[in-house]
Amino acid sequence: MWGSGVLQGMAVTIKNFFDTYTKKDGIFTVEYPEKCLPAKERFRNFPILVYDEKPEDLRCVACDICAKECPPKCITIVKAKDAQGKPLKQAAVFDIDFTVCMNCGICEETCPFDAIYMDHEFELAEYDRMNELIYKKEDLSKPWNYFEKIRPTDAKEINARRASLPTKPTTPPSQQGS
Amino acid sequence: MENVDQIFVNAKKAVIDLIDGFLPPQAVLVVSILISVGVIATVAPVIMMYLTWLERKVVGRIQNRIGPNRVGKFGLLQPIADGVKMLTKEDIVPEGADHLLHFLSPVLVVVPALLVMALLPWGRNMAAMDVEVGLLLFFAITSTGTLSIFVGAWGSRNKFSLLGGLRAVAQLISYEIPQVFSAIVVIMVTGTVSIVKIVEAQPGFNWFVFTPWGFTGLILFYIASVAECNRTPFDLPEAESEIVAGFHTEYSGMKFALFYMAEFLQVFSLSALAATLFLGGWQGMFLPSWAWFFLKTYSLIFIMLWFRGTFPRLRVDQLMGFAWKFLLPMSMINIIVAGIWTYAPPMIAWAAGIAIIVISYTVLTKLNIRFHIDRNRKFILVD
Repeated sequence: MWGSGVLQGMAVTIKNFFDTYTKKDGIFTVEYPEKCLPAKERFRNFPILVYDEKPEDLRCVACDICAKECPPKCITIVKAKDAQGKPLKQAAVFDIDFTVCMNCGICEETCPFDAIYMDHEFELAEYDRMNELIYKKEDLSKPWNYFEKIRPTDAKEINARRASLPTKPTTPPSQQGS
Repeated sequence: MENVDQIFVNAKKAVIDLIDGFLPPQAVLVVSILISVGVIATVAPVIMMYLTWLERKVVGRIQNRIGPNRVGKFGLLQPIADGVKMLTKEDIVPEGADHLLHFLSPVLVVVPALLVMALLPWGRNMAAMDVEVGLLLFFAITSTGTLSIFVGAWGSRNKFSLLGGLRAVAQLISYEIPQVFSAIVVIMVTGTVSIVKIVEAQPGFNWFVFTPWGFTGLILFYIASVAECNRTPFDLPEAESEIVAGFHTEYSGMKFALFYMAEFLQVFSLSALAATLFLGGWQGMFLPSWAWFFLKTYSLIFIMLWFRGTFPRLRVDQLMGFAWKFLLPMSMINIIVAGIWTYAPPMIAWAAGIAIIVISYTVLTKLNIRFHIDRNRKFILVD
């Protein structure tokens, strides 16, 4: 009958209308600031520096490889020095400029000491462009169990690899991956 | 029950009684008019604001979204936020525009939309203006809206505006004929043009929609009304994917909001008129009369929003063809059915009415299917 197509179309839309009230998956909007979808494990955002026990003992040895590899050159590293002026294997300054960082993850790939990893945190908006978004060493430090929580699969793999390494902390481990 | 039904009437009467003691009778009359006018002038913009909210909510739900939900609970303050935004926006007038006409059009377009509100019976004894020729006046006032739309389109000095204005005039004039013709059946059966008396002719649940001519009349009137309000699927005058925004391309800020207001007030008033003519207006049981009126009106408005969420826009030739080749003959046949209903005994009237409508619908739709000379012709691209 002429006009039945019109009624069919209207039946489809009214079904969708009532589904949003009755069915659980009728509406799939997640109202963001109140609720948030869980981040996917392989999602990557800005880098973090991991430590095992104490926040002062970062895994980072200030080797400067990530700063050299970083395509937009957003990492600034200054080595710490002891009383005699001899460089230590830790960073005095480790700044990442998040206004420049492009979340490529190359720092994570090149780090031979498993010290820098990409985070899931993305709510980093600030009112001040020049100072607030340059993250210092203290802002970037996160414990290793935080990383195990956000990326369990990667963490398991890295733990296994690190356990097989010689325990002597002075010898640098072999390059990760190929 | 009686008190709840007449609560607004009694409130007005109380105010009149209060001032009656110390004011001359002429002044009391003026105050009485001012109260009615004031109530309508206050209620109409509120209705319009919350129709925009309702539309966004309903269309959102149809598209599996939530709709506005940021400002206030359920986004209920969204219309107020929009109003503030509209008021603070810059009012741009094109250099080549006719400044007087450009200014006059949004003002003129709201006036008829507000005026017809006074003619509607909002409940028992609740028509602000019980005019003897109410229905006629209603159609006369609403049809002036076309002129102001064209004034704005012409005054903008913009080709898109002018195209939209031309489309608006063609569409509104075409659809006014089936709209009025499908309302004539009610006048034929009730024998009156007064909107208040038409409602009184449908007591209880004896609404005209439960008769063959009333049912057809409601559908025809409603489709023509949707076209009269420039709403999807008949929104060719402001077709945003074709001619930017049609007749209101060059309007910004509060002038644009006035066009919007006129459109939504027309949606309300035409839905209310359809409810009044065919669904018994404020007639009904158990609920107060004004509740019935709003229930019916908002049900019809919901159908309009449902249309908007469902249908794509018509082409110009389809639009015109639908009005002249289907709605107009169908509404004329409906007049014949109403004539039979008036003079024939009930059984024959029912049988003849349904038979005539079904047969003519079938024949008309068959005639409307486009005639193909060669159905087997294959269209091949040029080698």
